[in-house]
Parts: sequence; structure tokens; C-alpha cells
Amino acid sequence: MRAIEPWVTQPLQAFLDDSNARLTLLMTTAGQVVAQDGFTRSVDVMAASALGAGIIASLDALAEVMGSGRFTAVLHQGSKQSLYLRAFDTPRGRWIGLVVFGTDTSAGLVQVFFKDLADRIAIAAPASLPTAAPLAATFEHELNASLRSLFGR
Amino acid sequence: MNAYQELLCRVTDVRGIRAAMLVSEEDGLVVAESLSEGVDGAAVAALAASLTLRIRRSAASAGHSAPAVVQMRAERGALLTLQAGDGLLVVAIADREANLGLARLELREAASRLHA
Repeated sequence: MRAIEPWVTQPLQAFLDDSNARLTLLMTTAGQVVAQDGFTRSVDVMAASALGAGIIASLDALAEVMGSGRFTAVLHQGSKQSLYLRAFDTPRGRWIGLVVFGTDTSAGLVQVFFKDLADRIAIAAPASLPTAAPLAATFEHELNASLRSLFGR
Repeated sequence: MNAYQELLCRVTDVRGIRAAMLVSEEDGLVVAESLSEGVDGAAVAALAASLTLRIRRSAASAGHSAPAVVQMRAERGALLTLQAGDGLLVVAIADREANLGLARLELREAASRLHA
């Protein structure tokens, strides 16, 4: 498991221990990676974070069209692997969690332990000013810096 | 109130039963519930389904048939789960003072009505 911000490590490790998730990615709604576990290639993290943030953005837009409140989660259940994608509020802004899990756990358990993770992150987050929305000019640089931190290269 | 909730309310009418839920066995998600205040239905459903599945696997590994009812007693109460067919479990949370025999009968009744 690798995390950009060290205070995320403990809550995320507890989630990984409890949930038996195969892949976990925490990111901002702009697609900036905060932490990951299970990914071995930076290109996969880039793709997953961009797609996950895109799905949540699409859900927000769909909710607006339908005049309903925000949709916060998507659960896609496959025969061997399932995907849980959830947006949640933190003291550092709105984040997204992407979790891939297999048949050795369940959607119910992943959801319950993910709620615990969100609660623990809210408690563990150090007080600071909210992170500014990334600018297009700095996004690539920040993304590359994040990936270097996550993969050590 | 839908038909599932009516069945579950019969279970929670038993003295000392704080919650009754219909839970998807495979994914641990709540299908219907009748809960008293302070019970986290989603968490109980997920953990009860996971535990029941593991107990079934353990029984199978030991060469036994799958248990129809699983009853776990704790210091301050008990958790009951019963196979309701079609991949569903009926789950009940009982206080220490609850009449577990009557609760099991109501769980069986709920399960058989689900089958009907």
C-alpha cells in the first residue's frame, strides 16, 4: 500500500485488513491519486483514477438532470470480481474510493468497512486549508508527482 | 409496508427481538428490515451473512450438511440466522431476555412464507 499523505495509511490499512479488497484507490474528484493498494503499474492507476473520477462526475450530472440528490456510490457486481465506487466528504474536500473485490468478501462487507474508512479519514485528517482545485496547467505535473510517490520512480 | 416487512414485523413482535432482516446471503445486502433504533442494519446484515457463509463452508469441510439455523450467543444477547431459500437469510438480533425458542419459530414461519 502506498499513500501520498501519511495520515491516510492507518485508516486505509484497517480497511484493507477488514475488507479483503483486491485493489483500492483513493483519489480526489479531480482524479488526483491520494493512495493505492494492489496496483502494480502506474499506468493502471492513471487509467483507474481518471475513469473513476469520470464516473462520479457523470453521476453528479445525471443526478442534476433528474433533479435528485447526489448519487454517491456505484456497485457493479461481476461473477468473479466486483467494483465499488463511492464519493465521500473529507475535511480535505470530496474524495472518491474505488474498490475491486472478489468472492472472498461481499458487497455488504465492503460497503460497511468503506463507511468506517471514510469516518476514520474524517477523524484523522489534519486541519488545514482545503486543497485548491487543480489547474489544467499544473494537473499533469501534480499527477506525475503523485505517481512517483506511489510507485517510487 | 410491503409483504417482506410484514413478515419481519412478526419476528420483532416477539419480546426482546430488536431487529429482523431479510439479507442476501451472497452479498450481505439488506433486502428488507424491521429495526429498532440504534441498530446498524447494514453492518449486521453484512457481518451475519459473512459469518453464516463461513459456518456453512466449515460444516461442508467437516462433511456435515449446511446448518439451517445458526445461533450465536453473546454476553448481552444473541444473533440468529436462518436459511430462507433463494439465496436469502432471515436474521434476528435478540436481547438477553428474549425468548429465543419463540423467535426461532417466528423465523421459521417467516422463511416458510417466503418460500410459499
